[in-house]
Amino acid sequence: MSKVKLVVNAAGRSVPTEVNGKPVIAYKGIGKHKPEGRKFGPRISSCADFPDDGNKLVPSLKEALIRSGLKDGMTISTHHHFRNGDLIAVQIFDIASELGVKNLVWFPSASFECHAPLIKYLEDGTIHHIEGSMNGQLGRFTSHGKMKGVGVLRSHGGRYQAVQDGEVAIDIAVIAAPTADFFGNANGVDGPAACGLLGFALADSQYADKVIVVTDNLVPFPCVPWQIQGNYVDHVVQVDQVGVPSKIVSGTTEITKSPDRLLLAEMTARFCEHAGIIKDGFSFQAGAGGTALSIGIYFAELLKAKGMKARFARGGSNKYLVNMLNEGLVDFILDGQTFDLDGVKSMRENPNHVSTSPFTSYNYHGKGNFASMLDVVILGATEVDVNFNANVVTHSDGLLLHGIGGWQNCLFAKCTILPVPLFRDRIPVIRDEVTTLCGPGELIDVIVTERGIAINPLRTDLIERMKNSGLPIKTIHELKAEAEKICGVPAKQKFENEIVAVVKWIDGTVLDTIYKVMP
Amino acid sequence: MNNKGFAGNKGDKDRSDCFVMLELSDSGGIRITVNSKVKSLYGESITALCNDVLSFFEIKHAVVTLDDKGALPFVIAARLEAAVKKVIRTEKEYLLPLLADNQYTTPRDRYRFSRLYLPGNTPSLMINAGVHKPNAVILDLEDAVAIEKKNEARFLVRNTLRALDFMGAERMVRINQLPAGLNDLDYVIPHHVNVVLIPKCESAHQIHEVNNHILAIHARLGITTSVWLMPIVESALGVINVFEIAKAAKNVVAVAIGLEDYTADLGVSRTAEGKESLFVRSMVVNACKAAGIQPIDSVFSDVGDMEGLRKNVLQSKALGFEGMGCIHPRQISVIHESFAPDTAEIDKAQKIVSAFEDATRKGLGVVSLGTKMIDAPVVKRAQRTIELAVAMGRLDKNWKDTYHKAEPI
Repeated sequence: MSKVKLVVNAAGRSVPTEVNGKPVIAYKGIGKHKPEGRKFGPRISSCADFPDDGNKLVPSLKEALIRSGLKDGMTISTHHHFRNGDLIAVQIFDIASELGVKNLVWFPSASFECHAPLIKYLEDGTIHHIEGSMNGQLGRFTSHGKMKGVGVLRSHGGRYQAVQDGEVAIDIAVIAAPTADFFGNANGVDGPAACGLLGFALADSQYADKVIVVTDNLVPFPCVPWQIQGNYVDHVVQVDQVGVPSKIVSGTTEITKSPDRLLLAEMTARFCEHAGIIKDGFSFQAGAGGTALSIGIYFAELLKAKGMKARFARGGSNKYLVNMLNEGLVDFILDGQTFDLDGVKSMRENPNHVSTSPFTSYNYHGKGNFASMLDVVILGATEVDVNFNANVVTHSDGLLLHGIGGWQNCLFAKCTILPVPLFRDRIPVIRDEVTTLCGPGELIDVIVTERGIAINPLRTDLIERMKNSGLPIKTIHELKAEAEKICGVPAKQKFENEIVAVVKWIDGTVLDTIYKVMP
Repeated sequence: MNNKGFAGNKGDKDRSDCFVMLELSDSGGIRITVNSKVKSLYGESITALCNDVLSFFEIKHAVVTLDDKGALPFVIAARLEAAVKKVIRTEKEYLLPLLADNQYTTPRDRYRFSRLYLPGNTPSLMINAGVHKPNAVILDLEDAVAIEKKNEARFLVRNTLRALDFMGAERMVRINQLPAGLNDLDYVIPHHVNVVLIPKCESAHQIHEVNNHILAIHARLGITTSVWLMPIVESALGVINVFEIAKAAKNVVAVAIGLEDYTADLGVSRTAEGKESLFVRSMVVNACKAAGIQPIDSVFSDVGDMEGLRKNVLQSKALGFEGMGCIHPRQISVIHESFAPDTAEIDKAQKIVSAFEDATRKGLGVVSLGTKMIDAPVVKRAQRTIELAVAMGRLDKNWKDTYHKAEPI
């Protein structure tokens, strides 16, 4: 892969012209790449090939995979609504390995620590590479140059785009479902592994050649609501357990107790208040993670104090957002994933808690989407640079440890705020240049740190509005200097010459390149 | 002496710290191993710092292993020096530059509503303490430091005073109970400490001992900046002698009470209601007011209970206290809000100050508001209330521009 030709893209980053043997397009700028022609179409199927009684049950996942024609080089997709409690993805590759199938491409909507057992299949050639996200141990494995192919990192919206324009053709989609009927109708609101919704599997159901629904809660037809429509489904498999409930709803659902993070949350909320963002009928993206949850609580307090309410919030829903819905502080939750059981219950019972998908919220090939309508979005970052470019996938030591998620797609909100600590365990967050570019600075408006807030010079309106706010407004260069005074100036990270992954922009072009790091 | 020395922490939760193991050898030069997750970014500078410290102490042959969790340079230097001083005897001190930002003095009657306790051997809790804007930080060498860590904590506290910016907070150190606490002074007095807290204080004599030690250090180093004292009374004997303690020296600016130890001394339980401490709290307030210094209340130890804290502070304020300790940054804003003048107090103070200025302008010797005469101390208190309200963002500093003529109270 190191022989591949490189070009400099519109963000000034060197990117390859082909990835895993297929040509790719270099990033051209925001909104510049507009492919023409028609969208990718799935193969025609005929209901004559399916049983009239609707019963598509097959005895096992192995049987379903064999009947779906599993063979070398195929692309297999899964969704991540079970987060760290997913039990199905690893089983797929256990079966592939047992059958001696090689060079598969795994196309998950995200990966978690529970997928670390797949490393053995990356090593033995069962899996050639991953397109999606490589988190934790999988990321480390990729960073160390051990994956056979090149990893492709996409946002949730970018994944939908890649499916719609045929860049990724899914051969077999395996959709783990908390509840399903024998026809393949499925949802996430009921059953022991309830995860709320199945939006991340929507494209897979519509576009994959073969679709397998796996459930541990088979109900008689009809399974209502049918978040996944059985009419797209080839086979249905019943298993003992699809996911570990405690790991499906965990981790990111408690507000932070860290005083520094609470301060960040408070400063962010005060910024939004002074900037006039919090007003009757506004909209916001509620994130996971302790800081984002705390900001939601400050928003709720502010709305209550002012007697106002938000029109809609995009979730990541959790009990705090559900409380806002129930208290009338927000009219609708447009939810992409539910983080706890309160979110699941609310989605099941409250018609104003609406299930969404990357199609509605993030898709580049849609006729607009929800993300850009939001008044404010609050996101995290591992690094930001003096041009407001940000990184969410690698750390300053070059290791790939996180996926993009919906992060890139959310940058299109009217105001994008990144609350980040000025330094993490001595490592300054604000750098001269990000290690990996995931989001162009022109879309990032405000950096909030515990020692000061920097506003993107492009946002003269915000700079004007924040005069006399009493908040510590500084330039990004001042913040960087402050961190380096405390931590020292970090040395430049050294990389090997080998490309291990690429970061795609939301339109499918290549935004940046991730190189191998020596273990 | 041993030829092996170590210092620091390396538990899973010990972020921003490091553990240093040093072994002297007869040959082989200096061999440094750095294990750190920030190694690719700071490995070289960590090694350079270690070499500098070792060469300063004239150590030529040693094996050093540093397990680092993102410690800042002042922490690494403190840990290495503590380890060095376990293997060699020396009077030398490896001193980092004293930040220009750290060389401020504080007035004796400065507000001391909140004082944030920071365990003296835990760097992670110190680093961002300033951003939470407490009136003061207390680097604690006493109860927050385990016996076996007392020595290394002194180096860390010393380096912290020199190298860490607390962003305007008054810089306090709680030394150990006397007589051990006297040795602590050598590590803090030369490094621009503003206030020394003397725990378990029971007599004026102890104040004199501390002052004599401070004077000796000042004389030796030619330091002229003043150091304030805040004795803490925590026993029945301390309480009965509190007026004598409060009056013991001109640099005593406040007396604090420690209710945990006090209730233990009395053999009673500390309750939320606080009946058992009403006497001691009133006693301390009265003694301090009589001596013209600030009475400071004990800490509120349930960091999760903000409403309980708020009630507690309002009670303190009502009794006459002018500040309390805090053990978590989230307590600071509640303490400030509760000690800040409320709307009625500000309103009254505005009327008085406005009437006073009116009278001055007209050349009247007597200030009156409606039919009431206003005494000078009342005016002074009102002025202070206004200052405070402005400082705490409760009142615009240009309030007079829009203020209308005072009406009778």
